Amino acid sequence: MNSSKELLNGPVKVVNIGLESFAHDLTSLGIANVQVDWKPPANGDPQLVRLLSLLEEHAEYINNGNKQAVGRLLDARPKLVDIAPAGDVIPGFERRMLLHSGPPISWDKMCGPMRGAIVGALIYEGLADSPKEAEVLAASGDIKFAPCHEYGAVGPMAGIISASMPVFVIENETGGNRAYSNLNEGLGKVLRFGANSPEVIGRLHWMRDVLAPVLRKAILAAGGLDIMTLTAKALQMGDECHNRNLAATSLLMRTLLPVLCKECTGGELADVASFLASNDHFYLNISMAACKASLDAAHGIKGSTLITAMARNGVEFGIRVSGLGNEWFTAPAPYVKGLYFPGYSDADANPDLGDSAITETCGLGGFAMAAAPAIVQFVGGTASDAINYTKEMYEITLATNPAYTIPALDFRPTPTGIDLIKVVETGINPIINTGIAHRDAGVGQVGAGLVRAPMECFTAALRRFADVIARQ
Amino acid sequence: MIIRWLVKPNMYQDSVKLMKLSAEMRQLDGVQQASVVMATEMNKETLKEIGMLVPEVAEANANDLVIVVAADSEEQALKAIETAKNLLAGSEVKQVESRLQLPRTLRSAVEALPGANLALISVPGTYAAAEAFKALNLGLNVHLFSDNVSLEDEVRLKEFGVEKRLLVMGPDCGTAIIDGVPLAFANVVSRGKIGIVGASGTGIQEATVLIDRLGAGISHAIGTGGRDLSDAVGGRMMLLGIDLLEEDLSTEVILLISKPAGAQTTLKILERVKRCKKPVVMCLLKGDLSGAMAAGVICAATIEDASYKAVALANREEPVTIPENFWGDYSEQISEAERGLRPGQRYLRGLFTGGTLADEAMVVLGSIIGDVYSNIPLRPELSLPSSRHSMGHTVVDLGDDEFTRGRPHPMIDPLPRNERLLQEYADPEVAVILCDVVTGYGSHPDPAGELARAVVKARTTYPENNVVVVAFVCGTDADPQPLSEQVEVLEKAGIIVLPSNAEAARVAGRIIKLHESRGVQ
Repeated sequence: MNSSKELLNGPVKVVNIGLESFAHDLTSLGIANVQVDWKPPANGDPQLVRLLSLLEEHAEYINNGNKQAVGRLLDARPKLVDIAPAGDVIPGFERRMLLHSGPPISWDKMCGPMRGAIVGALIYEGLADSPKEAEVLAASGDIKFAPCHEYGAVGPMAGIISASMPVFVIENETGGNRAYSNLNEGLGKVLRFGANSPEVIGRLHWMRDVLAPVLRKAILAAGGLDIMTLTAKALQMGDECHNRNLAATSLLMRTLLPVLCKECTGGELADVASFLASNDHFYLNISMAACKASLDAAHGIKGSTLITAMARNGVEFGIRVSGLGNEWFTAPAPYVKGLYFPGYSDADANPDLGDSAITETCGLGGFAMAAAPAIVQFVGGTASDAINYTKEMYEITLATNPAYTIPALDFRPTPTGIDLIKVVETGINPIINTGIAHRDAGVGQVGAGLVRAPMECFTAALRRFADVIARQ
Repeated sequence: MIIRWLVKPNMYQDSVKLMKLSAEMRQLDGVQQASVVMATEMNKETLKEIGMLVPEVAEANANDLVIVVAADSEEQALKAIETAKNLLAGSEVKQVESRLQLPRTLRSAVEALPGANLALISVPGTYAAAEAFKALNLGLNVHLFSDNVSLEDEVRLKEFGVEKRLLVMGPDCGTAIIDGVPLAFANVVSRGKIGIVGASGTGIQEATVLIDRLGAGISHAIGTGGRDLSDAVGGRMMLLGIDLLEEDLSTEVILLISKPAGAQTTLKILERVKRCKKPVVMCLLKGDLSGAMAAGVICAATIEDASYKAVALANREEPVTIPENFWGDYSEQISEAERGLRPGQRYLRGLFTGGTLADEAMVVLGSIIGDVYSNIPLRPELSLPSSRHSMGHTVVDLGDDEFTRGRPHPMIDPLPRNERLLQEYADPEVAVILCDVVTGYGSHPDPAGELARAVVKARTTYPENNVVVVAFVCGTDADPQPLSEQVEVLEKAGIIVLPSNAEAARVAGRIIKLHESRGVQ
């Protein structure tokens, strides 16, 4: 801790905010200094500036909360321990319930891909025989819809999870908490983009009846898989574990292969192997659930401004804050800026969708973009853009994660743990690296790109946080 | 030999990085062998061969990172492990070097500059208090250069500062010198035994320059901002400054520079000064010295006299008042200048960029030529109806808020004074124009050149008005604009340059007075 007495004993080391000439003068004299690239906080919004000052008076309380939350986040050791039907393992799951991505939303307000996926899930569960029947059932109020996030789960895109769907079970070994995600179906006509044709339902049945049991045997035989190690290795191999999972999926297969060979029959093994070999994103759902398990461990800590969830339902973008319980702070979901597959354009895009931004919330994805130069072209940028995105994110995070390092940044640990206050103060929106869904159900992914989490979510949460602190 | 180890479960790191790290550890004192590896079967085999495979490491698996050190002592081994842990967490300094962009917030700036201890804040007033709070929370002392910070915020900041024993210099603090480092607007002066706490930026600058000129030096100069001595703020920073200088080993004499202060605060300061273990000189500009004198405090009515007394004390001499003609006898220059004046020229106009320099000039002039009008008058009845128009004898502070709203301070941007000089020069009743030239860090790169050109232009424009121009240069030869060069530029333009601001005011006043007496004859 500095004091004025120590200041007089020198050496004086100056942080200069404002007139740059003052810093130049100090530099010319050889005095250690750093210039702040200062802008009015909160983009100059006077009310927010006032709230930030108010919160500054509670800095110690907030720092303590954040220290605890970040400690739990960084200490988390997510392990893939099982695959089991959602209804059997997710606490509180009901037979006539469907989980979806993002913040809460009712059937009548859902976007095309989410409605399509719900129709598919109802048919898959045998609760409806036709899309028409499924729509009637969905609208009847007889089906309970709830965000995955509220059940410890996450799902990419529409994120629909139904009772008999197999889910990955991730256990945080340090915190003891569990998180869940469905199994990735691959690209093209798939449920998560709202497709619900017999082909899609058939694949889901195969995943339930063949893929899941085979993988389960392998996972149990391996004694579970340490996901942090896989992710750490994948980051060294060009993945950011949101939009690029090629290395991680390969590593996963390589790790499971010996046990798969031992535990499975020839026919099953061949089918499973070719399914996994054709799906570059198979690891995504595991990455997401591991992030969810880590962040849930850090959720619910009084005074903490750590963001513990960022999720989109295709209509709204929502965030949750560790110190603000289970409340969602939402804003209209933005459109993703990116590149489209041949034949598609902005006009086809659905607003931002899916729980996959949990990876960014945990310091991966866009936050680790510098690790994945291979995909920046895909999202319309250069390798140095990728590095700059990651560097910018250090300004809004509370910590760095020593377990995950980035070769291109001289093995600097990834920026981890988004701070509500820093986001509002700097006006820097978290960057998310994501896929673009077609607005109509079932067309699938039409492109990929970058999107910024809307500032309104953060300013709303900051206001609530200030209210809560003021009432104490 | 002692072997110590640490197993970090499930922490994957790239092997090249770990090899580098192991090599670095082997450089540490007393370390004979060091190995940071993932506990793969192969690596464990290697450890076994060199006799470093302890049971806990043998049980670790390929996802676990292990650090094993063999050193001469337990202490050295543990230290090596600690070093490895820190290097693994990512050395912050190294990371900053690789960061090309500037930090965007105070918080990240502090991460970028380990050991930072002072925030110099000059952002717009609306945001300045908030940044200052952040700085204090981060354990930084604050130099708050910004103005337009509310009194309420100032009180809160200073209360918080005192609580944390951190300085809050400002708001509206133009200068400081800490441990020899000039901050914001400051002159380069010798280091020495005199410590200053001042409620005025240019007052501090003038005092440091005069002390330097008198052959002594400055330990620290702490600014408080102009409102510190109001009863609302209660002199919190002046009191903290006195505490600091009293404890500071390099300070032997303390010089306080204040403007008229709140009644309660004056008492508080005097009380503190009386208890101070080191000699204190108090400069009470525009103020009533009687209270301080009655309290037995060494005081002075001008910066010049205060600096003189402080230097005397530093030299362990009697702090007597500065003698008359101390800087020299200027009678001849005064007579010569007066001879060039026409009968109708009778007024003095002071055009100052430094507020305290203007104050001091008015104090000096008052005893020679009587009442002086001003935008910062000695007495309310001497207030100018319009700051932009002089009347009778006038001294204007061109750095006052109404002139600087929306434009740079005249110490940086000489244009407003150049224009005002032309305006005064055009007035046939004006006899003498008195100016200050403030050099040093922060100021215009060539303020004397600017003034000289403005005077030459005025003489060319109004050749019939032979106005005398008198100036003082607040600067040193070590400043980025060296004093000798600045003086030369002024003298070439026929400007009379004096070694102190008070002396410049005295000479200017005496020219007026002499001309007046001749007129009577």
